[in-house]
Amino acid sequence: MYETSYHRPSSLAEATQLAAEKGDEAKYLSGGMTLIPTMKQRLAAPEALIDLRHVGELKGISVNGRSIRIGGGTTHAEVATNEEIKSVCPGFAALAGLIGDPAVRHMGTVGGSVANFDPAADYPAALLALGGTIHTDKREIPADEFFQGLFETALDEGEIVTAVSFDAPDQCAYEKFRNPASRYAMCGVFVAKRADGVKVGVTGAGASGAFRWSDGEQALSGNFAPEAVDGLTVPEGDMVSDIHGSSAYRANLVKVVTKRAVKKAHSH
Amino acid sequence: MTDVTITVNGREMKGSVEDRTLLVQFLRENLGLTGTHVGCDTSQCGACVVHVDGKAVKSCTMLAVQASGSSVTTIEGLANGQELHPVQAAFREHHGLQCGYCTPGMIMTAVDMIERHGSSLDEETVREELDGNICRCTGYHNIVKAILAAAGASQAPAMAAE
Ligand SMILES: Cc1cc2nc3c(=O)[nH]c(=O)nc-3n(C[C@H](O)[C@H](O)[C@H](O)COP(=O)(O)OP(=O)(O)OC[C@H]3O[C@@H](n4cnc5c(N)ncnc54)[C@H](O)[C@@H]3O)c2cc1C
Ligand code: FES
Ligand code: FES
Repeated sequence: MYETSYHRPSSLAEATQLAAEKGDEAKYLSGGMTLIPTMKQRLAAPEALIDLRHVGELKGISVNGRSIRIGGGTTHAEVATNEEIKSVCPGFAALAGLIGDPAVRHMGTVGGSVANFDPAADYPAALLALGGTIHTDKREIPADEFFQGLFETALDEGEIVTAVSFDAPDQCAYEKFRNPASRYAMCGVFVAKRADGVKVGVTGAGASGAFRWSDGEQALSGNFAPEAVDGLTVPEGDMVSDIHGSSAYRANLVKVVTKRAVKKAHSH
Repeated sequence: MTDVTITVNGREMKGSVEDRTLLVQFLRENLGLTGTHVGCDTSQCGACVVHVDGKAVKSCTMLAVQASGSSVTTIEGLANGQELHPVQAAFREHHGLQCGYCTPGMIMTAVDMIERHGSSLDEETVREELDGNICRCTGYHNIVKAILAAAGASQAPAMAAE
């Protein structure tokens, strides 16, 4: 790891001020579960690290009726074990419990995960399917606009993800087909059903990161059953192709994993 | 260089470290606590697991400066003098180790798992939660058996090798 300097602000204002002073040489450090491994491999070398773990404004989960708001500094473990989220939106809590391993879940945060937008990250699939909102220190951004491409989001330099929010749907579930070695999603699908239709968020498979599968959404809005997607084909050209699987394999996975997710949504 | 104060195994330790120093380096090199191992470069193997403020974390993926002000428990902090911690004793009893390289991390992960689940721990959960701990010797059967025994789980694992 290259040299760096560590800063520990205790408020949002202090954090953004530090970021403004240090400019593009600085990076926020939240759980560090992506940033530190990247720095160890010398793929990132920020001159300054601004630790967000002591910023109170980023903490906390609030559930009002079916409305859920999760602070950007909330860890995956806190989401997975939160009783209120488990009762109104079990699919979302279950997703958090499938991220990495217990030690990763104790440190990694929602804010870090959405800001990083790894093409195989789990939360983006859910936030797209749930029609969620990403809150920052400056504005609110709908998930559909926030997630833009491979590791690319709507965030400006120095902007902090302070929370994510969404309304719990009538039914939802997340199904993750894991790479047996890395345990990241080869394909992860979040389905959410509401009175006005079904949304399907897919991660791990798409060549430009998580996306909404609109053909699947249309079919499932008509009939929320696994067989509803049987006749569909997913375009191979939009899929990742790597040593773990061809784009044709991944295109097929999108269908298979969606069917499993729908089945699971009926059993939650 | 930054001054850090970390309570390690109940004793307040002070040190001066480069900001890029990993917690595991601080433990091993500054404090000589070499029970915590490093088995990979990718945050995947779990040989380095310690508890920070009561939670299992990978000390290879945390900076020492991040842990300043926190309490850290390492494998050296578990036993009570000559008396092994129940999870350590269970690993010995059930032959949960061979070369021993992964063992400190396995045990720290196991203690954390048992604290969270208690005696409701079942085999499936143990196997699922060992996701971030790699053992290249044992095939995991006896590790799972040891953890369930230490948790006082009522059901013995069906699959464990005898
Ligand atoms: C072994 C292992 C397995 C994993 N498996 C999975 C998995 O299966 N699924 C999955 O989704 N993820 C997985 N992860 C990644 C993990 O979920 C990370 O926690 C997450 O991607 C990043 O969150 P963090 O809080 O650790 O962020 P950090 O690593 O601290 O930061 C990541 C990036 O986001 C920026 N950032 C952090 N917080 C904010 C904020 N609030 N606002 C703006 N920018 C911010 C940082 O500057 C940095 O660029 C895994 C990680 C490891 C080490
Ligand atoms: S050394 Fe920490 S996970 Fe491998
Ligand atoms: S006992 Fe050798 S790696 Fe686990």
